Amino acid sequence: MNFLYFATEVSIILIGLSLLIICVRLAIGPSIEDRIVAIDLFFANAIGFVGVYAIHNNTTTFLDVGIIIALLAFLGTIAFSFYLERRTRK
Amino acid sequence: MMYYISGILIMLGSLFILLSAIGILKMPDLYTRMSATTKASTLGVGLVLLGTAVFYQNIGITVRVITIISFLFLTAPVAAHIIGKAAYFDKVPLWHKTKINELEGKYDENNHELK
Repeated sequence: MNFLYFATEVSIILIGLSLLIICVRLAIGPSIEDRIVAIDLFFANAIGFVGVYAIHNNTTTFLDVGIIIALLAFLGTIAFSFYLERRTRK
Repeated sequence: MMYYISGILIMLGSLFILLSAIGILKMPDLYTRMSATTKASTLGVGLVLLGTAVFYQNIGITVRVITIISFLFLTAPVAAHIIGKAAYFDKVPLWHKTKINELEGKYDENNHELK
């Protein structure tokens, strides 16, 4: 049990660090598509964080939130890309 | 015993998530960035959720985890393909060391259909 506590602490630190790095790319990304990729990766990391949080706090409620986040991330990415592609069509 | 397997899976998964974040920061080009993030983040999130399922050993939790993992595995390639298509038509520049561009001249610029 003690090892698992250590493992969740390490995972929370690693995932938080990667969320910060993705925010850097979200700020400096040269094109809109870079920012869309960054948002997609941000949502994927949020799902991973939900999984770690479910073990760390011993609550299983947040796994349903993970399903919703996966659905919303996919729909948002598809919508953004669809309108970007239609904008360049003449 | 199961605690150790679960902890190792979670740490391995978060390591892959960190690798994908480093990839999105350090890669030189949008297309190589998508190549780094799509694969590594799918594997990382899948490993973390598998660790959660191993920890709880409950049929309801396992079904939810399998739902999320299969949804990620189905949607990540589709989303990457559509972003890549939009970026190609939006004329996002390729890396200057790119050797080959097989799509060049094969698309109609006006209505985005194959010639």
